[in-house]
Amino acid sequence: MPHDDHDHPHALLPPEPALRVKALETILTRKGLIDPAALDEIIDTYQNKIGPQNGARVVAKAWGNPDFKRALLEDATPVVADLGFYGRQGEHMVVVENTPQQHNLVVCTLCSCYPWPLLGIPPGWYKSDAYRARAVREPRKVLAEFGVTLPKETSVRVRDSTAEVRYLVLPMRPEGSDGLSEDELAALVTRDSMIGTGLPKVPS
Amino acid sequence: MTRVHDMGGRFGDGAVQPEPEDAPVFAEDWHARALAITLAAGSLGQWNIDISRHAREKLSPKDYTRFSYYEKWISALADLLVESGVLSEDDLRGADVGGKHPLADRAMKAEAVASVLAKGGPADRPSNAPVKFDIGQEVVTARPAVNRLVDGGHTRLPIYAAGAKGRILKVHGTHVLPDSSAHRLGEAPEPLYAVVFPASKLWTNPEHPGDEVVLDLWQSYLEPA
Repeated sequence: MPHDDHDHPHALLPPEPALRVKALETILTRKGLIDPAALDEIIDTYQNKIGPQNGARVVAKAWGNPDFKRALLEDATPVVADLGFYGRQGEHMVVVENTPQQHNLVVCTLCSCYPWPLLGIPPGWYKSDAYRARAVREPRKVLAEFGVTLPKETSVRVRDSTAEVRYLVLPMRPEGSDGLSEDELAALVTRDSMIGTGLPKVPS
Repeated sequence: MTRVHDMGGRFGDGAVQPEPEDAPVFAEDWHARALAITLAAGSLGQWNIDISRHAREKLSPKDYTRFSYYEKWISALADLLVESGVLSEDDLRGADVGGKHPLADRAMKAEAVASVLAKGGPADRPSNAPVKFDIGQEVVTARPAVNRLVDGGHTRLPIYAAGAKGRILKVHGTHVLPDSSAHRLGEAPEPLYAVVFPASKLWTNPEHPGDEVVLDLWQSYLEPA
């Protein structure tokens, strides 16, 4: 029996969450167990350096290069690592392709698993009880809340991220995007389109 | 038998509230601090990802439900620091005992952050466990969906998928078994599969006859159909 249910030392810290964080940071810093400068560096990394722009580059490349796309769908981890996208929460990547017949939607019902090196830190709604509870059972109702309606002939395949495998959706290339450069294509790729709760932008 | 985090399929949570794509990564400064402290403390090497997930899951159901996301993180981290002997309850009470901590040499330095995050922590391991299932083969998941090594312990088979018939879609190789690893019982790597289930095998009223759910499941969660 894990010695859990009666033993929750966190209650010894201040209850207000911002103060609770501050208190723990102070204790750990005083003991030399964390370095506040390292915390700043971690925050800067996920606030400014790693985010959906990485995934968008992968998608744009796949839209423009059939050989790259084939390799990506076959075994994504080394392919995205070659572009410099590897690391924590992206050690085992699988890319799944949307087609007119099948739309993919990614969720983590048990916690908040998400491909950090390609999409950064998940948005609040991805970690919400409502999304975790409902995406597996009623994906179309959830999609409607994002303003997405799928054609009748399209089935939905929901990916529940239960292991250390992380999923990225390869959305369908939008109509009217012929002849665009990779940068222009990347600008059409939204974060939500790579989770499956959105569609790429259509070129104006 | 159940834990409150296992909420897939649950009713009553209301609508999802999408945020604009350009919303800040961290809605509050303390969210960013909570994430960074958790990652930095993890690099002390006193636990693994399965242990830290279980620490969040075993918050009391009341706390798990009322805490916001990063409140769960920071509270579970405090519990984990005490449970693993890094801090004492007196430390959390703020009793200043001073002095350098024996693990202080392991503290993550600012200049190491980029390489630590880029290095990651792969979960695949060599294993002698034979691969029992082929792609396309029908399998049935264990029921009940529980840890069979530790009562009330960590597992990654959600309740909504217990006792369900599906088919092997992909073999991911051999991965650390969370049910063992979360309880410091060893990594026990075994084959991991993507298993596809028709929505009609999981829900009484699926939205569409062609809909499916795919879960990544370890070999010991599965039996031949």
